Order: sequence, then C-alpha cells, then structure tokens
Amino acid sequence: MSQTQAGVGGLLSVPALLHRNASEFGQAPAYREKEFGIWQTWNWSQTEEEIEALALGFLKLGVKEGDFIAIIGRNRPYLYWSMVAAQMVGAVPVPLYQDSVAEEMAYVMDHCGARFAVVGDQEQVDKIIEIQDQLTQFEHMIYLDPRGLRKYDHTNLHAYRSVQEEGRENRATFEADLRAREEKLDYDSRCVMLYTSGTTGKPKGVVLSNRNVIESARASVEFDSLVRSDDVLAYLPMAWVGDFIFSVGQSYWTGFCVNCPENAETMMQDLREIGPTYFFAPPRVFENLLTTVMIRMEDATKFKKRLFDRCMAHARKVGPAILDGKPVSGMDRFKYWLGDLLIYGPLKNTMGFSRVRIGYTAGEAIGPEIFDFYRSLGINLKQLYGQTEATVFITAQPDGEVRSDTVGVPCPGVELKMDEKGEVFYRSPGVFVEYYKNAESTAGTKDAEGWVATGDAGFIEEDTGHLRIIDRAKDVGKMADGSLFAPKYVENKLKFYPNILEAVVFGNGREECTAFINIDLSAVGNWAERNNIGYGSYQELARHPQVMDTIQGHVEEVNRSVAEDPMLAGCQVHRFVVLHKELDADDGELTRTRKVRRRVIEEKFADIIAALYDGSDKISTETEVTYEDGRKGAIRATLEIREASVVPVKTRSMAAE
Amino acid sequence: MSHRAAGRGASGGRIWNEKKGRARVKDTADSYVTADGRTIGGVVMEMKNITLRFGGVVAIQDISFDIREGEIRAIIGPNGAGKSSMLNVISGFYTPSEGEVWYKGARRPQMKPYEVARQGIARTFQNIALFEGMSVLDNVMCGRLTHMKPSILSQMLWKGKAEHEEVANREVAERVIDFLEIQHIRKTPVARLPYGLKKRVELARALAAEPTILLLDEPMAGMNVEEKEDMSRFILDVNDEFGTTIALIEHDMGVVMDLSDRVVVMDYGKKIGDGPPDEVRNNQDVIDAYLGVAHD
Repeated sequence: MSQTQAGVGGLLSVPALLHRNASEFGQAPAYREKEFGIWQTWNWSQTEEEIEALALGFLKLGVKEGDFIAIIGRNRPYLYWSMVAAQMVGAVPVPLYQDSVAEEMAYVMDHCGARFAVVGDQEQVDKIIEIQDQLTQFEHMIYLDPRGLRKYDHTNLHAYRSVQEEGRENRATFEADLRAREEKLDYDSRCVMLYTSGTTGKPKGVVLSNRNVIESARASVEFDSLVRSDDVLAYLPMAWVGDFIFSVGQSYWTGFCVNCPENAETMMQDLREIGPTYFFAPPRVFENLLTTVMIRMEDATKFKKRLFDRCMAHARKVGPAILDGKPVSGMDRFKYWLGDLLIYGPLKNTMGFSRVRIGYTAGEAIGPEIFDFYRSLGINLKQLYGQTEATVFITAQPDGEVRSDTVGVPCPGVELKMDEKGEVFYRSPGVFVEYYKNAESTAGTKDAEGWVATGDAGFIEEDTGHLRIIDRAKDVGKMADGSLFAPKYVENKLKFYPNILEAVVFGNGREECTAFINIDLSAVGNWAERNNIGYGSYQELARHPQVMDTIQGHVEEVNRSVAEDPMLAGCQVHRFVVLHKELDADDGELTRTRKVRRRVIEEKFADIIAALYDGSDKISTETEVTYEDGRKGAIRATLEIREASVVPVKTRSMAAE
Repeated sequence: MSHRAAGRGASGGRIWNEKKGRARVKDTADSYVTADGRTIGGVVMEMKNITLRFGGVVAIQDISFDIREGEIRAIIGPNGAGKSSMLNVISGFYTPSEGEVWYKGARRPQMKPYEVARQGIARTFQNIALFEGMSVLDNVMCGRLTHMKPSILSQMLWKGKAEHEEVANREVAERVIDFLEIQHIRKTPVARLPYGLKKRVELARALAAEPTILLLDEPMAGMNVEEKEDMSRFILDVNDEFGTTIALIEHDMGVVMDLSDRVVVMDYGKKIGDGPPDEVRNNQDVIDAYLGVAHD
C-alpha cells in the first residue's frame, strides 16, 4: 500500500481523472449511446460540462457531503454521469440492480439511508413511490425518461435535465462550494458503495475507496495494455462491481469510450455495430451465442455446412497456438488465413467480435469446448477471478497463458495464500474498506493484516503459478481415505455436456463418489426426435436405455478427465442414477439462481442415495413435486442404478501436498 | 427537511400522490376534467343519425354520438353489432346511407380513405394489414406518407427538399419506434414477427402519421394477458403523451372499462348505451345484450 500513498500524479479521485481527461484529450469520445437509431457521442469536454452541471444541480437540491445517492436504471451515460457528479459533491453513489423488486430496494435504500435517487424511468419511480413509507431519510428523486411521469406530483420529483439546467443557472452561486468539496477528495474517500447480491442473508454494502478503484484500474489497465482508443460495451448491470471498474474506473483512467446499447433487447445488434475491442461477458452469454451459431449452421446449405465444419476443425487444431504466438507450420498458417477469409472473419463480424483484442469471462466455470471455440477463431478470450470485495481483480490470465481450467496468475499487487483447508485468501490495494454499518461482517471477512477470505477453495499449480478454483470452500470435504472431495468440480465437468442439465455429486466422508444426473430435455429431446425415439414425458426419456448409455459414456469420460488430476482423482463417479424429475427451485432443490441446494437434496432423496451405496441395481421411490400452479403431487418411479468404470489411481491425501 | 414537510402537507403524508383512476369528476358542456388531470376538450367528431345499409341488411341504424378531443372513446358490442362498420364509416371507408359525419366543426363530404387520412385520421386493422416483406422501419415510414410533399421526380433524384424531408420523417418514425419500444426489431421484416409485435408495429405506423384521431380496431384481439397489458399501457401513454384522441373497438370488457373515458354500446346495429364506463356497466340493456335475453 505504501508505494501508492501519494496516488499517481495527484490524481486521487474519479472527478480528478475526469478533469485530466477533459483538459488533455477533450475531443476524444467518452460516451456513446444509441438513441432514435443513431449513435450519439459525447467527448470528454462535453462529459465534464454535463457532469458539472448535474453536480451543481445536486448542490442546489441540497446534497450534503457523505450523503448516499442511489442510482437505478439500465446502462446509460446519464447515470454514469450521476455517479461521478455524486462523487464531485462529496456524496457516495450507490448503484442498485434495476430488476430488484421494491422490497429488496427498500432494504438497501434504508440501510444506507439514501436521501436522493437518480432513476431511469417510470418503472423505477413507481417502485420507489411504493416503498417511500419505509424510507425515513429519503427526500428527492431525479428521473431521466419523462414518459408517463408528467402528471406525478413534482414537489420532490425532478427531471434530470431540469436539475442540470438549475445547476447551470446557479453556477455562480455554487461553483466555489463545488471546487472546495472536490479539493477535499483524497485517496481514502469513499468512491462508491456496491451491494453484494446476498445469496446468504441480507445484502451487504461494500465500500470502495478511491484508492481501491484507481489502483485496481491502473494495475489492470497495465496488465492488459488498454489504451484510449479502446471501446467497451456497457451492458452488464451498473450495480455490479465489474461494470463499475470497466465503465468508470478503467475508462476514466485510460480515457477509453464507453458505449451504451439502445436497450436490453438490442444488445446483440449494438454489439455488432460498435465492435468493442475490450469485452466482458459471463459464460452464459458465450454459450448462448455459440448455440445460436450452431443452430443456424444446422440450417445452412450442405456446402456451407461442410465448409464450416472443415474450417472449424482446422481452427481448433491451430487457432489457439496462432493466438498464443506459438510456432505453427507455414502450410497450417496459410490454411488458417484462408479459413479466416471464408469463415472465421465473417463469423466474428456477425457476432460483433471482429475488433475484440481482449475478452474476459468470469463468474462461473466455462466449458472448455466453448472457450476453445472462441479462442480458435482468434478471439483473445481469457478468464479472470475476482469479487466485489477485491474491486474485481484477484487473478487473471496473461496473454499467451490461457487455459480453460485455471483462472490465471495473481494480478499486479495481489498476494495470495491458502489456509489448511484449501480456502483462498488475498491481499491487495483493491481490498475493500468495510461493509457499511456491519463491523462484525467486516471483521469476519478481512483480518487485521488485510487478508480477505474468498470462500472458494483452490490451489496454485506448481509448474505454472496459475490459480485453480475447485469449489466453494464450504462444499469441499474429504473422502474416507483422506483425499479431496470437490463436488462442484466434477459437476461442472458433467454439466459441460449438452445432454446433462444438472448433476449432484455425493461422497463426503465416503469410500467413493456417486451422482444424481438430470438430462437436458431440450437437447436429449432433440436427439430423440432425430432418431425416431418416441417419448411421452421427461421421466420416460430419462429411463430410455440409449439415453442411459449416453450418459454413462459422459460419466466415464469425466472420470478419465478427473483421474488426470492427482489431487482430485478420488472424485471419480462410481455409480450414478438419472433422476426421475428435474431438480426445481419450486421444490426447493435449487436456489432461484439455479444453484444446487445440497442439504435439501440429500434429505429429500435419502433413499436413492442409500441405494447408490448399498450395491442394489434398482430403487423404487416416490417424490413430492410442486406443479406450476402450486398444486402438489407425487411421482413414483423405479430408477436404474448404473455403474461407471473408473480409472484406477493411487489417491493421495491433501496432507501430502 | 423543509422540502419534505411541504410535500407531505400537500399530499396527505406521502411524498408523491398516487395515480388515480380515470373516472371523470367534472362535466361541463364544452369540456371536462378527468380525475387523473387530463382535460377533455370539445367535440372533434360527431356522427349524426348514421344509417348504413348493405342491400337489405341494415348494419347500422340511426346512430348518433360524438368524440371529444383528447378522450379515449370505446365502441363495444357483441359479435355482429356493427362496430367495425361504424369504424369504417369514421375512417371514410364506408359512406353512410343516411346521416352526416361532422369533423372539426364542418360536415364531411364523401371522401376517399386517403383523403380522410390526410385530414388526420389514422387507423389499425382487426386483421393486421402490414407490408409483410418490408422491415418494421419501412412500415412505420409508410405512416409518414401523407406528410411527404415533394414530387416523385425530386424523390427519385434524392435532392434538396426530398432529402430534408426524409430525414425529418425518419426522426418522427424513430421517436415512435422508441415510444413503442420496438427498437430491437427495427430492421426485421414484418413477416418474421410474432402476432403481438405485429399489432404494435401497426400501432406505430398509425402513430407515425401524427393523427388527430386514432382508430383502433380490436387492438387486443388474440393477445395473451401480458400482451394485453402492454398494449393497454401503450394506448394510455399515447393518449397521455401526445394528447391523441382515440376511438377503439374492443371485445374485452375489462380492458375497455379500464381504458376508456366514454363508451358507446351497440347491439344489432343500434345504440343501446352511451356514457362513462360505470354508467354503461350498470345499464340494463347493456347487461342484457352481453348476457343474452330472449329477443321477441
């Protein structure tokens, strides 16, 4: 921390970066937004003027230093400006998820005691009006889109533009105050507060300082050599730390342009039009895109299909090597060039990835096939690992060292350590200040020396120095023989097969691992259709011998792949069953975000688990289900238990590490 | 805290007033004010003793009613009541056999539909009538046709006035597209769209004409609940934002009662009720027409 005490060139806050950008390269584009079918651009000078006008307007409204200003809406330049304007007047922006229901908003807004809110449209205005009685400190709301709001009582409701107008008119009165407040901003002032999504308990407000944001932005910009001419598409929720770092931190640090889509539905078209050079997406976006491409190729003419298949096969062979700058024969290079001319180039253009120099994915494990697909096309897709408390960056993959099974090396300035259970801890300039009004949680997460627990278990590969995340720390256990048990690691490998929708692996404290599997009805159903296999229901299809054979094949492949890793070889699946029902959030088996609830499943299907371990080859069971309309029913079924072949390995316990 | 106190005093303990229903509170001869604060103006269109015959069939029999500026006027009735015929009379597609149509204070002579359109009356159709092969944007631009003045030659040469006008028209079209939230299908051929969206595109085309009166022929027919809610919201918003007078035909009684300021009820070509939704709902003739009674 000490080396950066003074900040970099006196740039100690985001507003300071804004002024630097406006004076050094004021004509360079800062924001673009598509509106009325045309991309509108604001350069850095215009951005500075807009933000200052709003900041002066905030002063006119009576925003005090230390106030919290809630910001709710889809990614729009105006809302990014309100974050910086809030910082300018010494207030703290609190971006909220625009799709949260009123009740969730009530908790967060009450927790931080927000006096002001800047919101996107009538929908958000209505939500806040709905909860206003629960908010004791709330006073003023500013809205962007006036549609439908004309007849609302405007005593404490203001149009964004009118606040800016007021600010411009009263510049003389408030400018001195504004400058004085800006002067006071330093590296330790609060830059932003972001609420964590809160899968367990209530959301927690993570306070990030200017130091956290600027240091993380600086380090990551250097790591990937981002430059002013880069373009990003801002489409991920503004309340998410990643968007704040990409669209505010890194953008203000380097001065690159933030492009906002017209609306959520036009995102893919806007992506194609803008062609970002720096792009972030969670794995599911890449998955969906790949599925779309594949489905459209299935419908293409025979010639095109064959050309596509041939070129893609070649790309898979040499594409990643060319991307990493490894030696590739001249002939292969020529063939790749030809493929680029015919297939890869046009395909990348269709997807909007023609200009992508750096692409990141994070948040969840990405299937190796998906990952390799994009890399073989020449898209530099990489993985990073981070969390809100770290101001995003913990580890990231450097160019030329990209693999689908690691999350990369520690980012500049980040130190890592593992405790005896394998949980990953980190320490960096990006480590958050505190959880707002929650000293207990702060102390529980961050120790006196600044080490923060990630909640994830992982290890560092000895030869490469890459971090590998294997599972949530609380799910990791030990097998009876002392070897490591990491269910999610195996489940992810299983789920990478399109035929498998969900998998639950058991084995904590037992001799061997077993698994529940849910087939993917759309994928397997599609296969059944093509092969003239009739079926009446999920249950019937799940029981079909050929389906069972296919799944068994997948399980055995996974076993082979798991066995390659000496630390996790004990997690091979010995016996499995294809469940007679889909695991469902309505039945409490999954969370609303489709995460497996192990405890519930273990209790509910205790009889099946017992059968998996007592050697029987069949189990009759009855399960209660909840239908969509809320009625309850029961499914009776006899399930076949299959044995999967495993690769014999000499397991070793973690203690031997 | 002073801001807050002021706000509270005015609105009974809340910072903002709740939106109120659409029942009207004050009625004068020339105009009235609805509970949600809209001023409904004077009569913009009046149907005087309209009768429409097709050979021996009497589709509409001596019906009179008026449409006021800025209101949402619904025409309802069971199947075959003559609602669509009435809308076609308003839009100039049918010429009434007897009776007069008065528009903006003058009697309207017999007109071709395109002349009626130029007068500021736009409509949507019960069975969608879009150009299937054209994109959404082109369809919406068609709505601007009545606003295009330059000659064919200058449009072909794409010089001077024609170019300026195209830009201005495109801007209006884009605002409508934005308003109805169909940006994502701007360039999609209409044939590829689902039914609910086609209905919305049709509304967009009618709106692009910037009409004085907008006629909607069963805007909610064949839609699911969610699509109906969307469409209702758009109809209200159009009325709110642009002050467009709207006359609509609808089957769904619930929708009609929520949306409209005044309702005309037809049955077998005759008018059996006319007034605000609440009044019409309690009218015995209307109840009979909908629930059915033995007709002698």
